[in-house]
Amino acid sequence: MDFGYSEEQVLFSNSLQKLLGDSYNTETRRALVDGDTGYSDDVWSAFAEMGLLALPFPEDLGGLDGSSVDTMVTAIVLGRHLALEPYIPTIVMAGSALMLAGSDEQKSGLIEQIISGQLKMAVGLTEPGARFDMAEVSTRAATNGDGYILSGTKNVVLGGDAADKVIVSARTSGETRSEDGLTLFIVDLGAEGVSRESYRILDGRGGADITLENVRVPTTDVLGVVDQAWPVMDHVADQAAAALCAESLGAFSKINELTLEYLKMREQFGKPIGSFQVLQHHMADMLIEYEMAQSLVYQACMMADNTDVAERGLAVSSAKVYLGERGHTSCQSAIQMHGGIGMTAEYELGDFVKRMAAAEVLFGDVDHHLSRFGRLSYID
Amino acid sequence: MDLNYSAEDEAFREEVKTFLETRFPKDIGERAKAGIRFKKDDYYRWHKALYDQGWITPQWPAEFGGTGWTPVQMNIFDEECFKVGTPRQLPFGTRLVGPVIIHFGNDQQKERFLPTIRSGEEFWCQGFSEPGAGSDLASVKTRAILDGDEWVVNGQKTWTTTAQYADWIFCLVRTNTEVKKQAGISFLLIDMKTPGVSVRPIVTLDGDTQINEVFLEDVRVPAENLVGEVDKGWTYAKFLLGNERTGIAGVGLCKADLEKLKVIARTERKNGKPLIEDPLFQARLARAEIDLKALELTNMRMLFEDAGEGSPGAIASVLKIRGSELQQRLAELQMEATGSYALPWQQGALEPDWNGKPVGPAYAAARAPLYYDRRKTTIYGGSTEVQKNIITKAILGL
Repeated sequence: MDFGYSEEQVLFSNSLQKLLGDSYNTETRRALVDGDTGYSDDVWSAFAEMGLLALPFPEDLGGLDGSSVDTMVTAIVLGRHLALEPYIPTIVMAGSALMLAGSDEQKSGLIEQIISGQLKMAVGLTEPGARFDMAEVSTRAATNGDGYILSGTKNVVLGGDAADKVIVSARTSGETRSEDGLTLFIVDLGAEGVSRESYRILDGRGGADITLENVRVPTTDVLGVVDQAWPVMDHVADQAAAALCAESLGAFSKINELTLEYLKMREQFGKPIGSFQVLQHHMADMLIEYEMAQSLVYQACMMADNTDVAERGLAVSSAKVYLGERGHTSCQSAIQMHGGIGMTAEYELGDFVKRMAAAEVLFGDVDHHLSRFGRLSYID
Repeated sequence: MDLNYSAEDEAFREEVKTFLETRFPKDIGERAKAGIRFKKDDYYRWHKALYDQGWITPQWPAEFGGTGWTPVQMNIFDEECFKVGTPRQLPFGTRLVGPVIIHFGNDQQKERFLPTIRSGEEFWCQGFSEPGAGSDLASVKTRAILDGDEWVVNGQKTWTTTAQYADWIFCLVRTNTEVKKQAGISFLLIDMKTPGVSVRPIVTLDGDTQINEVFLEDVRVPAENLVGEVDKGWTYAKFLLGNERTGIAGVGLCKADLEKLKVIARTERKNGKPLIEDPLFQARLARAEIDLKALELTNMRMLFEDAGEGSPGAIASVLKIRGSELQQRLAELQMEATGSYALPWQQGALEPDWNGKPVGPAYAAARAPLYYDRRKTTIYGGSTEVQKNIITKAILGL
């Protein structure tokens, strides 16, 4: 048992912190959010240069053979600096979908481009009206000659705005809510019949609703086994949720630091407000919540590579539930203790709070993961 | 980063399991599983089994009978013990006063007291709290005045767990009233058989009488029973209170409670289905289980990051707060899961030699008493509020 970073992970974490510390401050980040692309191409290139985009891939594809813990180390720093680049959609989600289900040709063709920074991807697994249930898929894929014709909508696709290609789930057989009969397809966003509505989500990152109208997809772009995509989808969503939890943890650490600093600095009634016991105890609660959340995030990320569905699912859902409830409460406390200044858009606290709020909903909210935990734990 | 135990630790776990299978009296485990109260003799027999195995004081230095177990091994031991339902090892001798005597006592005290603490021939209780000294422990008023080679002690201690069984009590007494309150306290060992010592039981919400008031009236204590230096008792008390890191979270206990809760929730029915399948109950159960996992992992993390940031005492506060809350919540959920049959108040059914037939399912009688018993966990050993004050000062620097 070991809960520490390896020497390489410490070095990696430090150099990424340095890179983001140099590239980002509140002003430049906000300018990027308001800009056209919504993130920095220079930072993405720098990621490629330092090997960040190669991290989880095997060496024979030009990767660094990193684990899901290495992804966590990365994501914690991304969260602390509120990085806007589509790392989770491209590297964590599309990357693991390709590694889990891709043919040799698909892997060598796409992963090389991802590692070099040329190709950005996203994965669309949910649809309007289906909430967080990835099995409820109305998008249809009908066979047509040597390919398929896809129609349907994927909603709130993280990084869907920036992606060149998107991996989507579609029903090739079975009932609308069945886990059987689902297939993954790699769709070029420039293909005929594909339209996207891009937007920023509440933490400033990019997302999109992607609609497919009779889009032709060749058989060579089927990802994995026809009708049997569910285990891959479930695994990819867990990888993404674990990484998002790690980002949240990074943001959480910053929220606690900002709040503690404010308690020491802000004076009312002639003394620092941190001298009042009621605020001290709220702050102590935030520290406790952070420690507990950290343990569950470590567990989720250590398990995210695991192919045992129940073990992985329980670990990931635990972290999602804990951050979604206790992290949420801590965010509310942080704003409360800051008082009026915590309500202003100008002060940076709200940016971190919003980062955690987005992660709370993406890939399943608290209720979704509580019932998933219950199903995996208590129903034989 | 790795969640698996080392091969050495796995081997240790097997050793502990084998010991428990062969040496832990089965009848005690059955009582624990049924929620029946332990007899005094149960504590002694369990103590004796550990003593015979050489495992009674694992945390002591090796020269005094320690085992050299790592914190992780202590945790494994704890966990396996709770799985089979061993009585809680009473902490007063082995975990509390023992280490104080080892660190601050003189050679005669070590020779006199340590062997009988280990063998279990003498039971101890703790004379810290007083009617006027709870969270503000340093304001103890029990007075000790030197008369020749004896201290004459007058005062009252309270909330004294198992004082009715104890042979000795270790007390914080006031030996100096002229100085700051912390600087006038001494650490005194008193034979419970001494004239002037009397014990009155306190009945608690669960109907049990584990705690007591202890009255001290002109109790004459040999001067040699004062540990360390006169007026330095507060230092020893802080050492004693901060010494207890392993096990403070009560992870093993909570895990056993969670298993019990699941058994009840699978047995009870709602809407024609097991209660565990009811979405509302299931969500509460899931939250408790997730919180327990967070506590268990945090406990392990802190054991591994022993030399990490913050003071160990303050980190123990984090574990104490969460562990005590969870112990309460699990007992509460057990009672809730039991439904109406948690209501019949059946004190007799909890006594070891009762021959009656309980009302309702076998697990029902103990649920409400346990729930009320657990109410103490966020109060004793430094209340949640005191622990937050410690975190505020030692970790947050406010």
